[in-house]
Amino acid sequence: MAWFKKTRTPIASTSEKPSRVPEGLWVKCPGCAQVIYNKDLEKNLQVCPKCSHHFRISAADRLRSLFDDGRWTEHFPDLISNDPLKFTDTRPYRDRLRGTIAKTGMNDAVIVATGALDGADIVVAAMEYSFIGGSMGVVVGEKITRAIEMALERRQPVIIISCSGGARMMEGALSLMQMAKVSAALARLDRARLPFVSILTDPTTGGVTASFAMLGDLNIAEPKALIGFAGPRVIEQTIRQKLPEGFQRSEFLVEHGMLDLIVDRRDLKATMSRALQFMRAEAAQPVEPPPVPVTSGTSSEPTR
Amino acid sequence: MPPDTLEFEEPIAVLLKEIEALSMLPQTVERQGLIDELNQRIESIRADIYARLTPWQRVLVARHPNRPTVLDYVNRMFTDFTEISGDRRFADDRAMVAGFARYKNEPVMIVGHHKGAGGDTKQKIFRNFGYARPEGYRKALRAMKLAEKFSRAVIAFIDTPAAYPGVESEERGIAEAIAFNLREMAALDAPIVVVVHGEGGSGGALGIAIGDRILMHEFAIYSVIPPEGCAAILWRDSSRKVEAAEALKLTAPDLLGLGLIDEIVPEPTGGAHTNHELATSLLDSALERALGEVSAMDSAARLEARYQKFRAMGNIGIEGE
Ligand SMILES: [Zn+2]
Repeated sequence: MAWFKKTRTPIASTSEKPSRVPEGLWVKCPGCAQVIYNKDLEKNLQVCPKCSHHFRISAADRLRSLFDDGRWTEHFPDLISNDPLKFTDTRPYRDRLRGTIAKTGMNDAVIVATGALDGADIVVAAMEYSFIGGSMGVVVGEKITRAIEMALERRQPVIIISCSGGARMMEGALSLMQMAKVSAALARLDRARLPFVSILTDPTTGGVTASFAMLGDLNIAEPKALIGFAGPRVIEQTIRQKLPEGFQRSEFLVEHGMLDLIVDRRDLKATMSRALQFMRAEAAQPVEPPPVPVTSGTSSEPTR
Repeated sequence: MPPDTLEFEEPIAVLLKEIEALSMLPQTVERQGLIDELNQRIESIRADIYARLTPWQRVLVARHPNRPTVLDYVNRMFTDFTEISGDRRFADDRAMVAGFARYKNEPVMIVGHHKGAGGDTKQKIFRNFGYARPEGYRKALRAMKLAEKFSRAVIAFIDTPAAYPGVESEERGIAEAIAFNLREMAALDAPIVVVVHGEGGSGGALGIAIGDRILMHEFAIYSVIPPEGCAAILWRDSSRKVEAAEALKLTAPDLLGLGLIDEIVPEPTGGAHTNHELATSLLDSALERALGEVSAMDSAARLEARYQKFRAMGNIGIEGE
């Protein structure tokens, strides 16, 4: 749950938080130290043109990059947390929520959208890291579950783009149970033979990884994204050693068999398009299970 | 302080010491009367303390080293237990127990975390202190699939600080192992009763805790993060764990109020660790009823009810359409 530190650092400090969305006219790439014109980055989906470092992008920018003509319909934007635990740490969660809503213009950390990707109708849930670290509380869990149920009803594929520090502590065990709720909906999607593609971006950790993010028919990650269950600092405390370079990065996960592929953001839409074609997204017809073979001989008459 | 008493049980510890001192002396009728009197006082103090435990105190009780383990319950409540091992992929994980047994004469499958509680350090290391690795979750699911295949009920015992946060856990896909269990248990065509009897440590607990009935012991806890971890992150000070334990709403009455469990299983005064036999019989009656109810349902209705149970979790915290 390393996200908290980041939400507390001032937004402007782009140099120390390499994956932050760059602000201002120029930005120094943490990958290659080149100074890049911000407009060039924008045109390039926030990927460094020199070294392909992937800067973090917002949920809305993500949707723009995937949907045809950058157009989609948003669903359930008004769902909002009522601070069910009346949680207070160094400041009330209620105030933190209010501040984040004002800052981001979103009511919680995910956008659910429908639209077309290369002509195929899809349902997408994209997580927003700038909303309390993209953490999953009751609203995120509910919206993603509704997205999956909507896809079941429409017989459309689901794409979830994760960018999250995990479950939202300030909603306690209610947050934890969202892992179960979303996974149960994914069980139904799976049994209905509808496609689910999980896209893991930097970072995807904790309860998000240990639920829907790892359950894709395809698990696709962006390069060098931090992906894991326990946070690196927690693991270092457990084993009392420094972790090796590249531990819990996309490339490490591919090597250990946990991801299907790593895709450069600029190729993501084309890759998705091919995947959805394989998964028969355009057909959108229920597939009947194969008939059960008759086991007791070939006669249609029961033998006595 | 006697090893079995917790920090907030100081008054009990003092009396226990007195009893110990008295029993060293030659036994007389008078002395025995004194001991009996002290024991009665302990009982009444204990009842007093346990009637108003703070959340943090409940955390300590839930983690008590003598709290009954899954195998303590199995030995007292089940017959013909046969333990099974391995995930058929990588290894056997001793932090996770699986096996079949009879309950009220009916064959059932049992899965559960085991912390090595009640044992020495060697035992605890053998059980990895209840921190299961990916192979533990995969073993548990394999066992549950066996139950599904032969139409037997599953009883899952939850008691873990967390899934093991180590290098090999990440390498072998702890997140995938838990996630896959969540999905497959949601659709597993067998009655499942979950008993959160000790520490319900976040995803590591949830990874075997999807079911038709969720029972939780009176002094057990169930949390999205340990209070120490929460304090370290939100307060930047792990010693604020007492406040974090309050804020997280991790006690059994909290969970019941939030609609996340179905029933609280009462414990002996002073906690399950003070009287395993009584703790077992209290669980036994709750379990028999819950298992009877869910086993009586036809499987489609049971699966739909299970879906709707988890589907509704969190509604309490949402406003707007
Ligand atoms: Zn660069």
